[in-house]
Amino acid sequence: MEYKDYYEILGVARDAGKDEIKRAYRKLAHRYHPDVSKEPDAEKRFKEVKEAYEVLSDPEKRQAYDQLGSDWQAGQSFEPPPGWEGSFDFGGGGFTGFGPEEFSDFFESLFGGGGFRQQGPFGAAGGTRTGTWGGPGGFTGRGEDQHGQLEISLEEAYQGGERRLQLAVPELDPQGGVTQRPRTLNVRIPAGIRDGQQIRLAGQGSAGPGGGPRGDLYLAVHIKPHPFFRPEGPDIYLHLPVAPWEAALGSSVRVPTLGGPVNLTIPAGAQSGQKMRLKGRGLPGSHPGDQYVILQIKVPKPETEEQKDLYRQLAQTMAFDPRANLGT
Amino acid sequence: MAENPEPVPGILLDETTVYTLGELGRASGLDAERLLRMVEVGILDPVGGSERRWRFSGRSVVRLQTTLRLQRDLGINLEGAALALDLIDELAELRQRTDRLERQLFG
Repeated sequence: MEYKDYYEILGVARDAGKDEIKRAYRKLAHRYHPDVSKEPDAEKRFKEVKEAYEVLSDPEKRQAYDQLGSDWQAGQSFEPPPGWEGSFDFGGGGFTGFGPEEFSDFFESLFGGGGFRQQGPFGAAGGTRTGTWGGPGGFTGRGEDQHGQLEISLEEAYQGGERRLQLAVPELDPQGGVTQRPRTLNVRIPAGIRDGQQIRLAGQGSAGPGGGPRGDLYLAVHIKPHPFFRPEGPDIYLHLPVAPWEAALGSSVRVPTLGGPVNLTIPAGAQSGQKMRLKGRGLPGSHPGDQYVILQIKVPKPETEEQKDLYRQLAQTMAFDPRANLGT
Repeated sequence: MAENPEPVPGILLDETTVYTLGELGRASGLDAERLLRMVEVGILDPVGGSERRWRFSGRSVVRLQTTLRLQRDLGINLEGAALALDLIDELAELRQRTDRLERQLFG
């Protein structure tokens, strides 16, 4: 397990005050929040920042963390000192709004599964759910919603299908601690799903405290880049290479689509960049998408004298000036 | 819950999925009062004249979930979250347009 330098993560000195730590957290949270940021490692960075703030904003946890000393380097191999367990009581905290699955092994080894506050860093605003007190079980409430990512191929998005998911769902044990419960779930992917859309799996989130109903599981779908198709909402874009004579004289060419190849008629005199539409050949759905084919004229390189002669003949016969409108 | 070999059907959260106010409450675990506040500030934008007739699209659920995350992680109030959501949408649109233009320019 690696030591984490929470001060370094937040970019503050070890003697930074509470307000300074809060300001540093806010600044970094704005920058790396996965709902806002598109930096490739935003989610990972945001989790680190949250974890650092969870520790440094809580006087007890900060004090405990500081007791490890300042000689540690980030990334250094780390084991909690002997007798660490039991010297602090972080138990019984229940769920924070963050969800305990978000924290690192380093955090877990120091503060255990129960070391979470009831609320997110800014209070209960985001996390309050309806629930009721009373009855034999005490508080009964709805379980937390869980969020995950699902990466699928474009073919899977087109056809739909099933995907087996391995999940670690945090649940409260009878003592009030948090345990990670491994679960396998077969998720049905609806045909025609688009990049960035979400699937809601009702009742597949965390169990509710006191036997309350389970929360839901939300999966954000990301479509992996395809070697030649590019989805844009329900539509599919394809750059189609064509030979100069196919474009000049017109022709019928085989074009791949997600539903299988089709014949496309290229009109005589077609130009590079010209866009053609294959109606209804995009992603399926109540408003099926189209496939757009963008023509790209590829010029073959002449290798033999005979081939070069053909180009020379073309130059003499065509009287073509592609730069006529550049005023040169 | 034990292993679940049966495929779980997911609900696609797009414009074709429709929720009533009550269903949205059950799906989010939030009470009607908080949902009404979210309608008031423009986070949720139902169609239909009266509360009883309100219908929310699947996208509302996505906006609602994002709101909860923004509140929890950044301490944003509802008005701020409404503005952030609109700006996030606009940013996504602009990013998409930039990508498209870059591809057209540089292939």
